[in-house]
Order: sequence, then C-alpha cells, then structure tokens
Amino acid sequence: MGDFEGAKKRMHEDLPTSSAAQGPHRTGSPGLHIRPATRADLDQVIALDEEVTNIAKPDYWRSLLDRRPGPEQFFLVATEAGASAARILGFMLGEIRAWEFGSEPCGWVYTLSVREDARLHGIGQALFDAMSDEFRKAGVSKVRTMVGRDSRLHMLFFRALGMMAGPYIELEKEL
Amino acid sequence: MKLQISSQLAVFAVLELYARREEQLSVAEIASKYEVSPHHLAKVMNVLGRSGLVRSVRGAGGGYQFAGNARRTTLLDIVELFENAGPAARNDEELAERTGEGRALLQVMKEIDDIARSTLGSITIATMKRLVAQHEVPGKTASALGAGRG
Ligand SMILES: CC(C)(COP(=O)(O)OP(=O)(O)OC[C@H]1O[C@@H](n2cnc3c(N)ncnc32)[C@H](O)[C@@H]1OP(=O)(O)O)[C@@H](O)C(=O)NCCC(=O)NCCS
Repeated sequence: MGDFEGAKKRMHEDLPTSSAAQGPHRTGSPGLHIRPATRADLDQVIALDEEVTNIAKPDYWRSLLDRRPGPEQFFLVATEAGASAARILGFMLGEIRAWEFGSEPCGWVYTLSVREDARLHGIGQALFDAMSDEFRKAGVSKVRTMVGRDSRLHMLFFRALGMMAGPYIELEKEL
Repeated sequence: MKLQISSQLAVFAVLELYARREEQLSVAEIASKYEVSPHHLAKVMNVLGRSGLVRSVRGAGGGYQFAGNARRTTLLDIVELFENAGPAARNDEELAERTGEGRALLQVMKEIDDIARSTLGSITIATMKRLVAQHEVPGKTASALGAGRG
C-alpha cells in the first residue's frame, strides 16, 4: 500500500483553521446566508469556478441561469450576511433526477466549490444542508453524488457529512 | 477485502481512546471491552505509539491516550501501519505478470484494491465516530460496556 511518510505527516498536521471550524460560520449561523443564485452573481461564480477547476466556462454558467433553473434544479450560493453580502463564498448545484438507471427520484449534488480562503468554516456543509432541505421540500428522501476516487478533499467532505457508497458502480470503456 | 486482526485491533483501540480522550486507558481495559488478547493488543499499541497516534503515559494510573488528529487521520493511515499490501499485491506478482491470464486477474484485483484504498482513505476517525454512534445498541454504549467489564 505504501506512502507511509505521507500518511504519517497527515496524521499530525493540524487542519489549517481547525479552531475556526467550530467558529461563527457553522451551519445555520447568522453570519452566513444561503440563497438561490441570480444573474448578478454570475461573474463571481464563473471566476470562483475557474479558480478551483482551472477551466473557464462562462457559457456553461450563463446557460444554467438562462434556462431559469426549473423546480427540479437548484443553484445555491453562500454569502456573508450584512455588509459583505455581495461577496460569494461558495456555490452548489443540485438537481432531482428520476428513473435514471432504474432509480427512484433522488437529489443529485454536483459541482460544489468554496472559496479557498473561506474553507473549513462550515460553508460547504451549510450549502449541502440547504440543498438537502430543497430536496426534502421537493419530496425526495435521498441525496447522491459522484466523486473521483482520487479526489481526496471531496471524498473526505462527503464522508464527513455521512455519505456512504450507494448501490451503483460507475463503469466505463475506451471507445 | 479482509483486514488483519492487528489492523482491526488498532482501529478499535484508536476509536476507544478518541471517544474517551480525557482518560488514560490501560491495554487490559481496552482488550476486555473488545474481548481480544491483551498480549496481541499490547504489540499493536506499541506500533500505534511509534506512529504518534497514541501516547503512553507512565506511572500509576498510566496507560494510553489519544494523540492524533481525529479529523485528519483516516482508517487507511491506521491500517497501513499493519498491512503491507491489498489483495492484488498479495497474489504472486511474478506468477501474475507471466501470462495474459495473470495480468488480467491482476487488473481485476487492482480495481478492488483501488476502491478499498479510496474508502479507507476517506473515512476519518471523526467520521468513524459518527458512524459508530449509528450502530450502537441503545443502553449499551461503548463506554458503558467498557466500564462494566473493565
Ligand atoms: C470540498 C469543499 C467544498 C469543502 O468546503 P468547506 O466549506 O471547506 O467544508 P466544511 O467547512 O463545510 O467542512 C465540512 C466537513 O468536511 C470535512 N473536510 C472539509 N475539508 C477538509 C479537509 N481539507 N481535510 C479533512 N476534512 C475536511 C471536515 O470533516 C469538515 O467538518 P469539520 O470541519 O467539522 O471537521 C472545498 O474544500 C472545495 O471547494 N474544494 C475544492 C475542491 C476542488 O478542488 N474542486 C475541483 C474539482 S470540482
């Protein structure tokens, strides 16, 4: 299995802002505001997405809002409350999909990013909780996502929120 | 995938020490809760001690204390201290590499290993503690059991 040194290092590294993680931004805290995205948010969302993924896709993001997210699609952003409310700290996309792969309707979480300087303050979790509320209101009782096996950060994040492997396995083939 | 007994003992001991991190627990105490050999557990605790995940406290009332970072340490970090290889590597690599059949079987076993690694590597001690809570029988909490037998 290997990578002993890496593992040892991780075990003793402190989370960068571990004390702040219990701080003012925890889920439901008054310091954080979660709301549906609007056209005015687009530039910041596009910039944040490019920062995280290194690929700029302005047309994709515009088309999401042009389509006007339907009742089954959710595009949420997190901002600070009050004076700095215009600054977007993170965003999440979600959608309810039905009968794909024979599955009953369930909520899918895809694309989630939190600004690097705002991570480990509970913003990702707050977005996930808000998305889960939307899904529940829409009548579904399960949330799913797809994570790269090597995508450590997303894996740790979704696991920390209690997600476990579902009954499907993604298969693929070179064409 | 099956974990070695040592890995299982290590995971149990770390979880118990983390759950009761204000206390110092003796090997006998931990062994009796999980009904395992104190002798085997003592060896496991030595390895955990060397890794820095637990600290041994000397003197009267001495024992072991959790010393790691529960939100950073994953099950893989613990298990890797005791297992050198997943099932794919446990197969005879030389035998496997010799033929097409061997290489094909190796590919299949590696797929299993990759998933196992990714699963173990994404579940931290803190996440595991929450999972344990879901599996606990009401009225029979870990510490209650431990206290009853310890
Ligand atoms: C994954 C991500 C959304 C998490 O957002 P966040 O706001 O930092 O997450 P939270 O603070 O809500 O964390 C919730 C839990 O996830 C886990 N977690 C999050 N970041 C972690 C890290 N770096 N290491 C270990 N666990 C972590 C923790 O258990 C945390 O709870 P805790 O702080 O109480 O222990 C954020 O890191 C991100 O946007 N990363 C970019 C991912 C990326 O590279 N994307 C590119 C491809 S799309």
